[in-house]
Amino acid sequence: MGGILQFFDTLVTTVRDVIPIAAIIFGFQFLVLRKPVTNMRQILIGFGFVLLGLAFFLQGLEQALFPLGKLMAQQLTAPEFLGISATASEISNNWQHYLWVYLFAFAIGFSTTIAEPSLIAVAIKANQVSGGAVGTWGLRIAVAIGVAVGISLGAYRIITGTPLHYYIIAGYVIVIAQTAFSPKSIIALAYDSGGVTTSTVTVPLVAALGLGLSSNIPGRNPLLDGFGLIAFASLFPIMSVMGYAQLSEWQARRASKTRGAHYGE
Amino acid sequence: MGKLIRHLWESMLDSIRDLAPIVGVIAFFQLAVLQQPIPNLFGLLTGTLMVVIGLTLFVHGLKVGLFPIGESMAHDFAHKGSLFWLIAFAFSLGFGTTVAEPALIAVANEAATVAANGGMITDTPDEKESYAQGLRLTVAISVGLAIVVGVIRIIKGWPVQYLIMGGYIGVVIMTAFAPKEIIGIAYDSGGVTTSTITVPLVTALGVGLATSIRGRNPITDGFGLIAFASLTPMIFVMGYGMVL
Repeated sequence: MGGILQFFDTLVTTVRDVIPIAAIIFGFQFLVLRKPVTNMRQILIGFGFVLLGLAFFLQGLEQALFPLGKLMAQQLTAPEFLGISATASEISNNWQHYLWVYLFAFAIGFSTTIAEPSLIAVAIKANQVSGGAVGTWGLRIAVAIGVAVGISLGAYRIITGTPLHYYIIAGYVIVIAQTAFSPKSIIALAYDSGGVTTSTVTVPLVAALGLGLSSNIPGRNPLLDGFGLIAFASLFPIMSVMGYAQLSEWQARRASKTRGAHYGE
Repeated sequence: MGKLIRHLWESMLDSIRDLAPIVGVIAFFQLAVLQQPIPNLFGLLTGTLMVVIGLTLFVHGLKVGLFPIGESMAHDFAHKGSLFWLIAFAFSLGFGTTVAEPALIAVANEAATVAANGGMITDTPDEKESYAQGLRLTVAISVGLAIVVGVIRIIKGWPVQYLIMGGYIGVVIMTAFAPKEIIGIAYDSGGVTTSTITVPLVTALGVGLATSIRGRNPITDGFGLIAFASLTPMIFVMGYGMVL
């Protein structure tokens, strides 16, 4: 019974979040464009599906995956698990202690990205628009690897306490260099994939990891060092998606070259 | 009706596949690494089932609702030919979807705490409330402007990378001058602004515009709006930290 009440609460919150968006859309549609929408009934049903779907999705995450995932982030970063005592501050150089933390960061970054609804949306659209050239799974896995690497490196940064902006600026330099060598058609999509990855599923779990690490490691301040994981998670997919495109292009070129050589015989 | 159910069933199988990794990761770390039993197994199973159902319904709604309306509006705006209204729509969409975003509200409150701790504002609830409120408005305006710039880019056909590089340079310059405490929050604010409902709508808008305007390619020109929306908040939040 309590579950149903809770679900109703989530549904109300979702509706409240969607109302401004719906107001803008339908306001402009009826007051500015003043054109009847084809299939209005179907679109409204679609909005209903989105609302109901999000409410179920969020409620399920709150009930099942978030509590366990957050608890796990705390336990994995607890001083007892990491084997740090309050007195030994130089332990932060001993990276083996944190092996499970890095592995968790990588795995949680990858798996939450695969489940991220906004990324699914962008992948569907990119697949449609490119006429199937951009595979939904190829794109999503490339993005997920980017997030996984990003979160692991972000965890490393919190553990070592190095300044965030050095990493981000270095990342920018790599992104710009890659842009020069990437196929033109992938660039905008790659930039977009940085922003869409950090959403409903990823943010709460990653934030718990950042908070756990920065409050348990000696010399870190959660208010200053706990941030930055999301920034890593939005930067690295840009690199991995461009890398994926470069790799596929290179493979295609090699395949056509060998085929060309074959015909030449 | 039968077609709908079959379609939903197929997309539910997709959802199960999408969620399998995260369930696997959590189970592995709980059982093998932390070596603890799974608490409240029943709640966990029903919760996971809800996540699967939710994702299935969401993706279906996306295809029949959000994508078509976003594209049909982009198409109508392109044919109406009124740049003013298109820009007004782009700004409202960016501003309106961001200002109420729950993730942003959480980040703004944290930022207020950091600012109070760092002595940038006095540590009273009122002061923190107004700081957080101001930050939310700043981010929402920056996202609105980002969508506007992105839409103008699609219309003009400018290459996306020059604008992004300009944004990167903006971020680097602001980093040099912004108070140290605000940098982490500013960098993170770029990622949290784009919500699950905004992304499909904004993507459909961009792709729809690029499809409707002659000479634009939906794949090279249609994407990129979200990239701007995650870049401008970084610059504006650091600016906010400097001004206050």
